[in-house]
Amino acid sequence: MLEVKGLRKVYRSGSREVEALRDLTFTVDNGDLVCLVGPSGCGKTTLLRCIAGLLDPTAGDVRVNGKAVDGPPEGMAVVFQEYGRSLFPWMSVRDNVELPLKQKKVARARRTELVEQSLDAVGLSGSESAYPWQLSGGMQQRVAIARAVAYEPQTLLMDEPFAAVDAQTRADLEDLVRRLWKRLGVTILFVTHDIDESVYLGQRVVMLSSSPTVVQDELIIDLPAERDQLTTRADPAFIAMRTRVYEQIQAAKKNAGQ
Amino acid sequence: MNVGDILKKVALVVALPLVLFVGWYVLSAGSENFYAPPLSEILTAFGDTWQTERLKADVAPSLVRLFAGYLLAALIGVGVGVAIGLNRRLRATVEPVLEFFRAIPPPVLVPVIMLFAGIGNGMKVTVIVFGCIWPILLNTVEGVRAVDSVVLDTARSYGVNGPARLTHVVLPSASPQIAAGLRQALSIAIILMVISEMFAASNGLGFTIVQFQRSFAIPEMWSGIILLGLLGFVLSVLFRLAERRLLRWYEGLRAAQRAG
Repeated sequence: MLEVKGLRKVYRSGSREVEALRDLTFTVDNGDLVCLVGPSGCGKTTLLRCIAGLLDPTAGDVRVNGKAVDGPPEGMAVVFQEYGRSLFPWMSVRDNVELPLKQKKVARARRTELVEQSLDAVGLSGSESAYPWQLSGGMQQRVAIARAVAYEPQTLLMDEPFAAVDAQTRADLEDLVRRLWKRLGVTILFVTHDIDESVYLGQRVVMLSSSPTVVQDELIIDLPAERDQLTTRADPAFIAMRTRVYEQIQAAKKNAGQ
Repeated sequence: MNVGDILKKVALVVALPLVLFVGWYVLSAGSENFYAPPLSEILTAFGDTWQTERLKADVAPSLVRLFAGYLLAALIGVGVGVAIGLNRRLRATVEPVLEFFRAIPPPVLVPVIMLFAGIGNGMKVTVIVFGCIWPILLNTVEGVRAVDSVVLDTARSYGVNGPARLTHVVLPSASPQIAAGLRQALSIAIILMVISEMFAASNGLGFTIVQFQRSFAIPEMWSGIILLGLLGFVLSVLFRLAERRLLRWYEGLRAAQRAG
């Protein structure tokens, strides 16, 4: 279980203080897929870096399976928004996926197997020896997802992973995430600014306010587990929920303006 | 690339050197000037002068000094550069001092270093190290400091720490800039090799050229200068070949970024 309790983050530079996160509390149960959505600049990335153990919060804490996070937790993988910067351009696709496994001291035979399986799962078999920059943006993000999958995490954090790919690729990647989630049984926390995406992907959507950020609202997405880009998005229940989320985000922005 | 294209490329590369060479040859043909003899004479002297024995006696020691100094500078420069680049406080403390040392023209140090290191090989290697370490060191510091924050976050969250972080992440990421420093340092190293041998030596290319000049063996002196030019050229071609091989990913990445 992933627990975020009373999380606060204030950036200080000199005498200037910027309160990015004010007071965030929410939980993600094991095996859940929860989407975090909020207006642009609401501190989503700050929040994610705190959860990933890459940034120390000013107050409050993050716990993964009851253990407080004070550095990158074991069994957690992160997919960053900037795939072009998060994949190492000096390594082949295979080496990019394999390096974290080497660090985990996974045996060679098992490594080869994991690399093969995960690249196959994201539809990239045969690209092992290519360099990331030889691939399209969507394919690069698939490599980053394969790297996370091969790591065999219990928790997967995704930071606006599809913000920089085109709309059609994005739809494919959304379905890929749903498929992998169902198959692997991992806990996924998916950060996005795209309201439709959050409703389409999640079992639950946590809406954030503008910065300084608090939890604005939460919504259970009780759509059928089998989701489809055509029928789900045309479902009146889907439209009702996306309207609700949209209203809350608008309300959050308005509050911030006052 | 077909044969025609290759020929065209070769022609483009060779054209200017050929024109300069022919120009020199023709213009100097009837020269009566003692200090600027005809190129034909210089070429004859070149063949007579740079025989196996002289290559062994003078060129080999020069090359050994050059490589010893250059390799030592590369090892120290990259090692210390990584340490400074990774440590913000250390960087703030030493950077002004480094800039000061870099600003000193290295040839000035030859007499000073002679006082400490004598006039043997140790002195020459020290001069080369002291002169060409700065571009390596400063470029390494800059390259290490500029490693992308997302790259570092990725490495950290996937447990790539300690020595693996250095060899798989920090050094490769900084390698294009380190290579730029090494390239600058190579030409400085050649200059300092010659200068240190001109000051005080009993063999070596710099020493031989000065000897020729003092004994008024002018065509031989010119032939030594041509040999130095050729040496510098060959070394820079070798460097570029190695760089292109090792940094193939960087060239590709940049081409991909330019293509959008």
